[in-house]
Amino acid sequence: MLNYDLAVIGGGPAGMAAALEAKENGVEKIIILERAATLGGILEQCIHAGFGLHYFKEELSGPEYAYRFIEKVKATDIDVKVDTMVLTIEEGNKITATNNVDGLIEISAKAIVLAMGCRERPRGAINIAGSRCSGIMTAGTAQKYVNIDGYMPGHKIVILGSGDIGLIMARRMSLEGAKVQMVCELQPYSNGLTRNIVQCLDDMGIPLKLSCTVVATHGKERLEGVTIADVDEKLCPIPGTERFVECDTLLLSIGLIPENELTRMAGIDLDRVTNGAVVDEYRQTSKEGVFACGNVLQVHDLVDYVTIESKLAGKGAAKYIKGESEKGEYIETQGINGVRYIVPQKINSKTDDDVNLYFRVGSVYKGAKIVVTCGDKVILSKKRPRMCPSEMETVTIKKDVIESIPAGEKLTVRVEE
Amino acid sequence: MQFDVAIIGAGVSGALTARELSRYNMQVALIEKGSDVAVGSTKANSAIVHAGFDAENGTLKAKLNVEGTALMPQVCKELNVPYKNIGSLVVAYSEKEMQTVQTLYERGVNNGVPDMRVIDKAELKELEPMISDLAVGALWAPSAGIVCPYELTIAAAVNAAENGVGFFRNCEVKGIEDDGEYFTLDTAQGEIKAKYVINAAGVYSDTVARMIGDDSFNIIPRKGEYYLLDKSECSKVKHTVFVCPTEMGKGILLSPTVDGNVLAGPTSIDIEEKDDVDTTAAGLKLVSDNAPKSIPTINLRNSITSFTGIRAHTDRKDNDFVIGQSEKNARFINVAGIESPGLSSAPAIGKYVADIVLSLFPCEKKADFNPERPAPVRFREMSTEERKALIEKDKRYGRIICRCETVTEGEIIDAIQGPVGAIDMDGVKRRTRAGMGRCQSGFCGSKVVEILARELGKNVNDITKYGGESKIIYERTK
Amino acid sequence: MIKNIICVSCPMGCPITVELSDSGEVINVTGNTCPRGKAYAITECTAPTRMLTSTVKVNGGRTAMVPVKTSKPIPKGMMFDIMKEINSVEVNSPVAIGQVIIENVLDTGADVIATNED
Repeated sequence: MLNYDLAVIGGGPAGMAAALEAKENGVEKIIILERAATLGGILEQCIHAGFGLHYFKEELSGPEYAYRFIEKVKATDIDVKVDTMVLTIEEGNKITATNNVDGLIEISAKAIVLAMGCRERPRGAINIAGSRCSGIMTAGTAQKYVNIDGYMPGHKIVILGSGDIGLIMARRMSLEGAKVQMVCELQPYSNGLTRNIVQCLDDMGIPLKLSCTVVATHGKERLEGVTIADVDEKLCPIPGTERFVECDTLLLSIGLIPENELTRMAGIDLDRVTNGAVVDEYRQTSKEGVFACGNVLQVHDLVDYVTIESKLAGKGAAKYIKGESEKGEYIETQGINGVRYIVPQKINSKTDDDVNLYFRVGSVYKGAKIVVTCGDKVILSKKRPRMCPSEMETVTIKKDVIESIPAGEKLTVRVEE
Repeated sequence: MQFDVAIIGAGVSGALTARELSRYNMQVALIEKGSDVAVGSTKANSAIVHAGFDAENGTLKAKLNVEGTALMPQVCKELNVPYKNIGSLVVAYSEKEMQTVQTLYERGVNNGVPDMRVIDKAELKELEPMISDLAVGALWAPSAGIVCPYELTIAAAVNAAENGVGFFRNCEVKGIEDDGEYFTLDTAQGEIKAKYVINAAGVYSDTVARMIGDDSFNIIPRKGEYYLLDKSECSKVKHTVFVCPTEMGKGILLSPTVDGNVLAGPTSIDIEEKDDVDTTAAGLKLVSDNAPKSIPTINLRNSITSFTGIRAHTDRKDNDFVIGQSEKNARFINVAGIESPGLSSAPAIGKYVADIVLSLFPCEKKADFNPERPAPVRFREMSTEERKALIEKDKRYGRIICRCETVTEGEIIDAIQGPVGAIDMDGVKRRTRAGMGRCQSGFCGSKVVEILARELGKNVNDITKYGGESKIIYERTK
Repeated sequence: MIKNIICVSCPMGCPITVELSDSGEVINVTGNTCPRGKAYAITECTAPTRMLTSTVKVNGGRTAMVPVKTSKPIPKGMMFDIMKEINSVEVNSPVAIGQVIIENVLDTGADVIATNED
C-alpha cells in the first residue's frame, strides 16, 4: 500500500492544475494517475490554436497549453504514473490501479481529486438507423487518428453535430486533403463558437446545414453514404426531405458525457443535469475529502475555465488535508427559468472567498438579463448581449453577500428577457 | 484438401455440430464465408434459451428446443461460457391473454417443458417487481435461460478446433460437384473435398442446397431489430419478459443479457436481401414504443447501441426446422431454417446431426477428445488478489485497453493468438468485449487496431472492422 | 462590392456589412457594435490572415507526428500552399517544443514551429 496525502485521478489539464495548486498550498505527497502514455489529456490531440486566451492572455495550441503544466509538474516532486488505469475507489479513499510496469497498485490517500475528463457520445446514444459498417466514428477518435497516429480516417466526410470538435475536425480533414461534404446540426443554431464557424467552415467552403440530421447510414462494409433530412421544431425528421449524401466517413460530434464511473463506484451524489458530481465552492463532492474538477464535473467549452476550476479543487483538497476546511451551513444554488444548472450546487456559508457560479442556458438569448436572487431579494442583475447553450456563463457572488444569506435559503439564478 | 465431413457455415448450429463430430475419428472441416465464426444470424438475436412451449407439439422445433435447453447448462459448463438459468415469463394483460397463457402452458406440458406454472398477478409482481400494473398474470417457465450466442459459438469453435476440426474463414463456397464418393467444394480458398456435406449456411442455406440441385425450400430472410441498453438498466428486469403472442407475432421482449445489459426487441419484418442488417427508424421506433409496456420504467434513452438480426425463416408450410438428408443427395445434410428457437436447440441440433452422419459413416470415438474449452482470462471479473497474481505472471494483463469494459492487453492478445483467433475489430470485440461498452470503442479502437496489426504482422491500415472493405483507417496523412 | 461577414472578435457574432470599391478599398462598414468589430471587418475584407496548425512527420519519435503551427498568422489564401510545404518535410526525434521546422515559410515571414516535444 502506497500512502499519499493527495491522489489525483487524471493527468489532463484538470488533474495537473489541481495537483499543482495543492502543492503550492503546502500539500507534500501527491500522485497523479494518468491512463494515457503522457500527461496532457485530450489537449495532446487538440493541435489547433485558441487555448489560453483567458488564462495566459495569449493564444496557444492544445499541446502548448498542456506543456506549460507538464513542465511545472516535472519541476515539483509530484509523483506521476502514466499508462495507469484506476480500477476502484473504495471506502477510506483506497484506490487500486494497474499498469504494465508496476502491476496492481494500491494507494491510500487523505484526499482524492477526480479529474477523469469526459467522453464523446457514440452513435448508439442517438440510434441512427442503417448499417453497422466501418467509417462511422466520433470526431475525437478521428482527431486522434489524424493528429497523433498520422492516418486518414476517410476521404469524403459528413459531420453530424456542430460542436467545436466537429467544426475543428471539418477544417483539419480539409487541410489534410479530405472533402468535407457538410456539417449537419439538429438544432436551428450552431453549437460551436462563431469563430469556428467562420474559420473552420466558411474558410473551407463547407456548408452548415441547420435543423438537419443524419437519419440513416448506408454501406455493406465501408460507409458509402448517409441519408440526411430536415427536422421540424420538435427536432423530428420531416418526411419527404430525405436526401442521400455520398461519403465514406461519418464523424459524430454529438455531445460529451463526463466519465463518472469511478465517481458512481465511490457512491458520490451526481447532478442529473451535468452528469457530474454535486460539489461545493471548492469542488468537494458529497464524500468528504473527495474533490472533482474539469470535464468530469461539467463539460467546459474552454480549457481556461477547467484550469480555474481545478485550482479551486486543489486548494480545497489542500485545506482539507491540513484540516483547515471551513465548516458552516450549506447554501444551495438553483438554476431556474432558462438556467439549466449551476456549479457549484452548494456553497459553504463560511466560505473564505468570493464564489463564481458557472452555468449554462437552455437556448439562445439576446439582450437578456441574468438575475441572482435569494428569497425575494435581488442580489445581482446583469445584462448579457448574447447567451447561448454552447457557451458557459459565470457570475461572481461576493463573500460578504454569501455570509449575509440566512441559513436554509437558496441562491437562485434565472434568465430574464 | 480432403475431409470426411465439410460443414458449411460457422454459426451456432455449424459450430456445435463440428464440436459433436470432433468427438469421433473423422476429418471435419468447418467452412465459413464471413471473416469470423458467428457472424450471420447467430450474432444478433434475443440471446435466450427458450423453455420450449412455443413450437407445435410433434415438430423438430419442439423436440430439439426442449432437448437443447436441457443440454445447455452442461455444454456451457464444458465450454466455460456464461449461462444463466433465469427463467422466462409470458405476461398477460387481459383475461383473453390469460387464455393464451393457458394454451402455451398446455403446449409446453405436451412438449415436455419442465416445472412451468401459470401464475397470478401477485406472484408475478414478486418475481418481476417492476412489471406493469396492467399485467394480470403470466406463464412462468423456470427452465428458460440466457446465453451469449456468439460467445457460445466461438467457444464451440475453439473446442472443435482443439479437437482437430479444420477451420476455413473468408471461404465462401461458390459451387459443389459430386462424383458419388466425394463432394468437391469450389471455395474462395480453392477446392475442398468431403464425403459428406452439412449445409448450415443460415440465410444462404437455400442457395447452398441448390448447388446440389435441392430446391425443396426457400429462405425468406426476416429482420428483427433490437436495442441494447446500458448496464444501468439491468436492475429493472429480472427474467426474460415476453408479451403474449398474437397473430402479429411474438411481440417485443425485454431480457437481461449474461453480461448485465438489457435487450429490447425484436421487430419482425420479411425482407428481400439476405444481408440487409440495416436498422430502420420505423423498426427502432416500434421497439422503443413497445418495450415500456411490460416494464414502464425501462429507459430506452439508455441504449448503447441498436442492431438488426436476420432469421433464416423458410417458406415450408410446416414452419419447422429443415434438418436431415437431402432428397436429392443422401450424403448432403441440410441444417436449415434455424430460426427461433435455434439457439436454444443448437446443442441438440449438434447431436441430432452427428447421429445422422454416424448412421452413414460409422466412426470410433476419439480417445483423447477433450470436451473442455479453457476459460479465457476475464480481468474484469477477478478479485484484487487474482488480478495481482495474473499481472505478476504476465505484465500485459496490467495494461487496460478498453476502459469501459476493463479489458486488458493480455486478454486481447489471447483472443487474437488463440485457436480460431480474432482477425478483425469485431472479432476482438466479440471475444473480449473491448469496444462493447459505453464509448463503443471511441477510446480503445485505435489501440485495438494497433494490437491487431502487431500480433497479426499487418499494417494498421489493413485492419478491418469485419473483413472486406470495412477498413478502419486509410493511408498515412503524410 | 458588398461583403457580408460575421464578426468573431467576441461571442456576440455581429453581422457586419463592408462596402468595397472596385479596387478593393473599404468605403463603409456597418453592423458592427464596437470599434474592434470594425477593425476586424476591415482586415478580414482587405488582408485576411489565419493561424495555421498541422502536423509534421517525425522519425523515431514517441508518436508518428509532431504538431506544428505558424509562428504568426499567415495570409488566409496561402493556407493550402503552406500545407504543401508542411507535408513535404520530415523531422528526426528529438523535437523540442518551439523548434523551428520551416523557416520563413513561403516568404510569409512566419516560421513553422513545433508545438509539442517528441
